[in-house]
Amino acid sequence: MAKKEAIEVEGTVQEALANATFRVELADGHIVLAHISGKLRVHYIRVLPGDKVLVELSPYDLTRGRITYRFR
Amino acid sequence: MAIIIKSDREIESMRRAGRATGAVLQLLAASLKPGMKTGQLDEMASREASRLGGRPSFKGYQGFPGCVCVSINNQIVHGIPGDTAVEDGDIVSIDFGLELEGFQGDSAITVAVGNVKPAALDLIEVTRQALQVGIQNARQGNTVGDISCSIQQFVEKRGFAVVREYTGHGIGRRMHEDPQIPNFGAAGQGHSLQRGMTLALEPMVTAGSWRTRLGNDGWVVYTADGSLAAHFEHTIAVTEDEAEILTAV
Repeated sequence: MAKKEAIEVEGTVQEALANATFRVELADGHIVLAHISGKLRVHYIRVLPGDKVLVELSPYDLTRGRITYRFR
Repeated sequence: MAIIIKSDREIESMRRAGRATGAVLQLLAASLKPGMKTGQLDEMASREASRLGGRPSFKGYQGFPGCVCVSINNQIVHGIPGDTAVEDGDIVSIDFGLELEGFQGDSAITVAVGNVKPAALDLIEVTRQALQVGIQNARQGNTVGDISCSIQQFVEKRGFAVVREYTGHGIGRRMHEDPQIPNFGAAGQGHSLQRGMTLALEPMVTAGSWRTRLGNDGWVVYTADGSLAAHFEHTIAVTEDEAEILTAV
């Protein structure tokens, strides 16, 4: 079964917003709104401003994404 | 994210899952006849998978309702099996995956039903060969981009296009693992391949534009311009030498 293509980029969390949404500055300077993936929620991984994270962008709306990984 | 490297023992399990996957797919392909409903393939896949001790892994995957994807003519992938009857002259892509001993196998084939136009047969043959080209380039020391690029160049040289929005993928205990393996790209780019990686390579090739359109059911993917599409897939294990095809029959 083919996988829907997703674009993954690194970024830095700027600000925590409501509903587990974060403002993330990407490596290229773009700012996106990213919500946190279920996997991070399940494992209670805390994401704080200043954290480096991996964001999966939607190919259709490049201003929104999903945080899939927090780097240590 | 991280690519999961499999031990020899895990690859042995993947070999068993892969063989079972290949066996089911082979049976489905051989059974396809004009007049047959795609839902019959689904029942057959379900039955055969359990007979071999496996669990059809597409069923319920992100809500997919079938055990098998059946995509006809201008449908590229993820066709939901049901009451549609296959007709003489159709090209039918069958994609099947199962889980056995905790590991996944994933494989696809496009079958010509009855009297199919030479241009469509050519599309099928080029897609089949594109998968072989990709497999030949999937070896330790190469990168994901080398696979992607080899497939794209092979296909485009023959006047066809590769789909961009759906990709091959790593595979193991889960059907979709890292890395993504696009069917287009630049040589030398992306992750380096190493022994123990298990990948599902799957060129999706169209006779027209590479652009796609999602069907109303939220699953089936059509070519945007209505052109024909073909799809071949194998699960492979990367080695120092030529990759091993795990879903070979």
